[in-house]
Amino acid sequence: MATPPDSATGPDPDPQKESHGWKWLLSAPALLVLLVAASGPLMIVAVYSFLSPGNVGGVEWDFSTEGWFRVFFSRDIFDPENVSWNWANLNVFWRTISLSLQTTLICAVLGFPTAWFIATRPPERRALWLFLITIPFWTNLLIRTFAIQELLRGNGLINTILMATGIIDEPLQLLFSNFAILLGMAYVFLPLMVLPLYAAMDKLDFRLVEAGYDLYASRVRVLWHVILPLVKPGFVAGSILVFIPSIGAYVTPRVLGGGRTMMLGNLIALQFGQGRNWPLGAALAMLLLIIVMAALVFYLRAVNGEEGKRRG
Amino acid sequence: MARSYDVRRLPGFGAIAVLTFILLYLPILVLVVFSFNAGPSQSEWDGFSLQWYVAAFGNQQVQDVSIRSLWLATVAAGIATALAVPAALATTRVSRFPGQTMIYALINQPLMVPEIVTGIALLIVVAWVKVNSGYSGMAYLVLAHTAFCIPFAYLPIRARLETLDPTLETAAADLYANPWQAFRYITLPLLVPGIAAGFMLGFVISLDTVVITEFVKSAGQDTLPTYMLGQLRRVITPEMNAIATLFLALSLLFVTAFFLITRKRG
Repeated sequence: MATPPDSATGPDPDPQKESHGWKWLLSAPALLVLLVAASGPLMIVAVYSFLSPGNVGGVEWDFSTEGWFRVFFSRDIFDPENVSWNWANLNVFWRTISLSLQTTLICAVLGFPTAWFIATRPPERRALWLFLITIPFWTNLLIRTFAIQELLRGNGLINTILMATGIIDEPLQLLFSNFAILLGMAYVFLPLMVLPLYAAMDKLDFRLVEAGYDLYASRVRVLWHVILPLVKPGFVAGSILVFIPSIGAYVTPRVLGGGRTMMLGNLIALQFGQGRNWPLGAALAMLLLIIVMAALVFYLRAVNGEEGKRRG
Repeated sequence: MARSYDVRRLPGFGAIAVLTFILLYLPILVLVVFSFNAGPSQSEWDGFSLQWYVAAFGNQQVQDVSIRSLWLATVAAGIATALAVPAALATTRVSRFPGQTMIYALINQPLMVPEIVTGIALLIVVAWVKVNSGYSGMAYLVLAHTAFCIPFAYLPIRARLETLDPTLETAAADLYANPWQAFRYITLPLLVPGIAAGFMLGFVISLDTVVITEFVKSAGQDTLPTYMLGQLRRVITPEMNAIATLFLALSLLFVTAFFLITRKRG
């Protein structure tokens, strides 16, 4: 690796003398790896979405919009001109968006009081509570999903307890349902909501809350008109942080949803496996990427808008 | 009366928070408890036993995938950290330069793109390279994991760099240290906690990565997470709980070490 150049000793005071070449040189190895194993492949996916499927997976190098067409529509096998909506795919899209929004909502409802609880502990104990939220966040997602799967099994703990107490006679089918996916996603992504909410509350000026009470506002009014507007940036950040991995979820719906209740991530994977339609899979992956980017742009706009308001 | 003046109190919030913490830990606790079950059930307690741990340790396949996972995480996190240090030096505490935003975007890309999309993108490329080169070794997994670990290694190193006092390096330069000496004897030693934190984060992330591995691996290259994912479709014994518990313990060890290292910063 190149020796660190002069400017590593601090920002150069003379802008005319400064050259930026060394910054690129030092970043180059990392950028090269990312280009080869992250950005480059992504561009190839975009290209593949406009090719024709090969017979046993892979692609034929013929330009085609059929991959994108099949995202939303299907053709009659005997009469290709007979086009109809692809309800199987549309169902998966609807489930993906609906479950992701519900997950975000559940995380917000549970996460807000939790973050508030941590933010109102004595300062020396907050680090410990925060650590308790962070541990699940850094432990393996697959293992946490497996833990939920175990609880929901036909012979799992929940059914065993319900049957032992006589509430039910037969085990409930809890696994492989929308409910199981929702529960699993809310469980694994909850810390992503609590952490930004806590960060917003940590900066909260409690004198404003006190002023609200002094002016005879009820708790509900203070919560609604004082606290919530002040921690809104935390809500927006937390919602985006939960929504994005939910919409792209693959492991959780695979383990808890099974083959019948798929989400978009599983539908993409299917095209590269049994489906053997790589262009369709590539188009679906691009669609997912577009949704994620749209959510990020929405978030950046919301953040910049807030900052603009505060400055203005 | 006094209570109503406690402006930090919102009724019911404490209860919901405690419930959330219980919900967060109960499933993991159940999983750990039943790894010590004497019987084959994950819901009925038959007494304490270590038999499932013995079974897990004696399982040749589990040994193989565990060693592969640890090897891969060490190599990928090591390379990612080695690449992230110069990248962080070049993009932290410097005046803005053309293309800086692009470098940030590239480095953070793995954080923004859903893993399934990265997974199939790599599948496409790896399938093509495999056919044309005939090579199907571990290099694909190492490269994929390294790229994925770079942002996680980069962030703590960058955070540490931002807290360093630039006058220390100026002092070194005043004392006729050349830029390499200033880096080697001043910046690098001060950077060690950030580097260690970056490596640990990368290690944990590589160890957890399942989707990307699933799509990149060749036959016989299962890691611990992809092995577990495959097993979850079958009838499961508490042996899986034992494996998961050991895995959890390892992650916990690294996360705790990470926190202890980064806390000293303040």
